[in-house]
Formats: sequence, C-alpha cells, structure tokens
Amino acid sequence: MNEKIGIFFIIIGLGFDFFGCLGLIRLPDVYNRLQAATKCVTLGTCSILFGLFLFKGFTAMGIKAILCIIFIILTAPVSAHALARGAHKSGVKLWEKSVCDKYAEDKK
Amino acid sequence: MKRLRWLIGLIINIIILGVIILCPIPSLLEWQSLLLKRSFLVLFLCGVFCLWRIMRGPTPADRVVAIDILGILILGFCAILGIPTGRDWYIDIGIAWALQSFISTLALAKYLEGRNFDE
Repeated sequence: MNEKIGIFFIIIGLGFDFFGCLGLIRLPDVYNRLQAATKCVTLGTCSILFGLFLFKGFTAMGIKAILCIIFIILTAPVSAHALARGAHKSGVKLWEKSVCDKYAEDKK
Repeated sequence: MKRLRWLIGLIINIIILGVIILCPIPSLLEWQSLLLKRSFLVLFLCGVFCLWRIMRGPTPADRVVAIDILGILILGFCAILGIPTGRDWYIDIGIAWALQSFISTLALAKYLEGRNFDE
C-alpha cells in the first residue's frame, strides 16, 4: 500500500518537474523563467523525495530524503531571490509587455 | 485560436509524458524495463531542456537560472535512481550536489550584481 502511494507521489513530482522545465524553455523573460522553473521544480523534487520516503520508511535513506526536503524548501527561495536581485541590478531588461516594475520605482 | 493552440500543446506534452512512462521500449539494463524504474527518463529530458537553455540563453542571468534548476533536478534524479538499484549512496550524492549548487548559485548571483566576493 505504501508503495502505491509512493508511486503516485513520484509521478506527480515528475509532472511538476517536466512542466517547470518546459516553462524554462518557453517563457519570454528571465524573471518569468525564474518564477516558473523555481516553484515547479522545487515542489516536484520535494514530492519525489517524499515518495522515496514512503518507499523506504524510517531507514537511513528515508530520513536522508526528509532532510533533503527540508534543505530544498529552505534554500531554493533564497537562491531564487538572490538571482532575481542580481539580474535586476546587472541591468537585464523586463519583457516589453510587463505591467509594472516596483523594484525600480523603489530605488528612485 | 490562441487557446486552441495552448490546448493542443498541453495535450501533446501529456502524450509525450505518457509515452515515456508507460510504453515498452527496449532497455539497456534489467531493472530499467519496469514501469516506475524507467520514469527517470523524464528527468533526463528535463535536464536536456536545462542544457538547451544554458547554451542558448541570451543573458548570463538565464544561464545561472538554468544551472540552479539543473542542480535541483539532479537531486530528484539521484533519489529515483536509488529505488530500483537499492543502493543507499545515491541520495548522498544528491545531498552533496544540492549543497554545492546552492553555494555556487549564491556566488554567481553576487557576481552578477557586480560586487566583490569579500564585501
């Protein structure tokens, strides 16, 4: 029973990963790509690791999977935020159909 | 018309996912022939997408984003690879890769800002 639920979680995670990477290719702008790819791939990989935990139970591998989930949830938003700030400061322009740019307004 | 194209694209992508996961293709090793055990090919396809963005990215920020995403993907790749083979140390490789990817992403973001590393 645990293995069936684990397979379910892993397939959901694979779907999230696939569509996140598709967004990395298809979207027009650095910020759009960052938004799509980071959120989707983080959630997808966490789901895969949770499926691995359901497979293995409380063995060494399962507990390492839980540690990996905590690590990813803590670090992926930090790196995404640093990247967006760095890209904005290095002068990457927004897409021409973007509506507003609050960060540039704040800096004035 | 635009929504029709969007819908057709979504259906084609779901078909690609289903073909990779469900259809029987000849496999190299024995454990690759089972259903779940072949699903890491989807992650391989995602890695190819990331490498394409690293090659074609118009600005350096695009490339750094793709490198960050590739690091997280490889953690999932190692996690899936640990199930059918039954080896414990694949997830260790994943942990080490994620740590190094996080630190290198922070360093590259600071480099993009145009500051020195010791500030």
